[in-house]
Amino acid sequence: MYTQAMDIPSGDREASENSDAAYEAEFDAKLARGDFIEPKDWMPERYRKTLIRQISQHAHSEIVGMLPEGGWITRAPTLERKCILLAKVQDEAGHGMYLYSAAETLGVSRDELIEALHSGKAKYSSIFNYPTKTWADIGVVGWLVDGAAIMNQIPLTRCSYGPYARAMVRVCKEESFHQRQGYDLLLTLMKGSTDQRAMVQDAVNRWWWPSLMMFGPHDSESTNSGDSMKWGIKRISNDDLRQKFVDATVPQAKLLGVTLPDPDLKWNPARGEAGHWDFGPIDWSEFWSVVNGHGECNAERLADRIKAWDDGAWVREAALAHTQKRRHRDCVAA
Amino acid sequence: MNAHVNHKEWPLWEVFIRSRNGLDHKHCGSLHAVDAAMALKNARDVFTRRMEGVSVWVVRADDIVASDPDVKPEMFDPAADKIYRHPTFYTLPDEVNHM
Repeated sequence: MYTQAMDIPSGDREASENSDAAYEAEFDAKLARGDFIEPKDWMPERYRKTLIRQISQHAHSEIVGMLPEGGWITRAPTLERKCILLAKVQDEAGHGMYLYSAAETLGVSRDELIEALHSGKAKYSSIFNYPTKTWADIGVVGWLVDGAAIMNQIPLTRCSYGPYARAMVRVCKEESFHQRQGYDLLLTLMKGSTDQRAMVQDAVNRWWWPSLMMFGPHDSESTNSGDSMKWGIKRISNDDLRQKFVDATVPQAKLLGVTLPDPDLKWNPARGEAGHWDFGPIDWSEFWSVVNGHGECNAERLADRIKAWDDGAWVREAALAHTQKRRHRDCVAA
Repeated sequence: MNAHVNHKEWPLWEVFIRSRNGLDHKHCGSLHAVDAAMALKNARDVFTRRMEGVSVWVVRADDIVASDPDVKPEMFDPAADKIYRHPTFYTLPDEVNHM
C-alpha cells in the first residue's frame, strides 16, 4: 500500500481533543450512517491529521513513483512501449495532483506538503526505494506493484472523507491499465529468448516480497489501524488485503510461466470458505530498514525530487511574476 | 490549519467538466495555476486524458461562495414540512392516478 508508513507511530496521538461533544456526536452519527464527511464539516482534529498524513503519503508515493519508471522511457524497446510508459507516468503525476488537492481541502497548503516530503518528515511508499534494473522490472512493477496498489485503493473509494474517496474513484478507473500493460509486457518477454525469460524470473524474484510488504505490517503490529477502521478511512485490514493479493496473483504467475520465490507457497483448501494460498514469513527487518531510509535508492529518490523542485523554482516564480505584472498593467490601463 | 496566505504558491482553481453536450458541467477537482489560461491547460492535462470532457470551466477557488454546513438545518429543513410540493402528496382517483 502506498501509505504503509501510516503504521509508524506519529506522535500525534497525544493531541488534545477539546471538541464540542455535540459536534462529535453528529460526526459519529454520520459515520455510523455511512455518510461522507466533506471539507467544511466539523471533524475531530485527529481525523483531520490522520487524513492529511495518509493522503499526502499517498500523493508523495504517486510522485516519487514516477522516478523508477521515468528512467526507462528513453530505453523502452519499441515506440508503442514508449508511448504506453509515457502515458502511465503521466497518470502517476495526475494521481499525485488529485491527491494533493484532496489533502489541501483539509487546510494544509501544497507547499507545506512538499516541504514535508523534502525534509524527510513525510513518508512515501518504500517500494519506490528499490531499483528498476532491467526492462522486465517495468513489467513487474506494473503487474505486482500496481496490482498491490489497486487491491489497496479499491476500498479507499468508499472511505469516509468525500474528497479522498472521489479522488480514488478517478485513480482506480485509470490504474487498471497500469497493471494490464505490465502483465502484457511480461507475456511478450516470456515469448522471447531464454535470456528474456530469465530476466522476467529475476525481476519477479526481486519484487515479490517487497510487493507483499506494500500492504504494511501485520494487523497485530499495525499501530494506527484501529482509529482508521473506526473512522471508515480503512475498510479492510492489511493482512486481509495481502491475502487477497496473493490469492489473485498465484494463478497469474502460473499463466505467465514464472515461479514465485517462496518455498512455503501452498494451496490450503481448509482456510476460509473457498480456500487460500498459504505463504511463508515476511522479512520485516528488510521492510523497516527500507522504511527508515536504508533501502538501495532512498537517498537517490529524495535527491531527485528535491533537485526537480529546486530546478523548477525559477519557472514557478517567473510565471507568478508575469501574471502579477500583467494584472498591474491592466489595472493601470483601466 | 494553515491560515497564512502563501504568496509564492500559485492560486487554487476549481475545475468543472461537461462530459458531453446536453449534460451539466460537473465539479471534478482542483489545481494550482497562475492565471485562467494556465488553469485551463492544466485542467485539460490533469482531468481529461481519456476524453472525459468536451468543455471545461475553471473558477478561482477564492471566488466561490459556499453555504455553511453549520446552518444546514435553517438552510434546507423548511422543505421537509412542505410535502405538498411533491406530486405523491395527492391521492387521486385510480382513473387519473397516472397524472
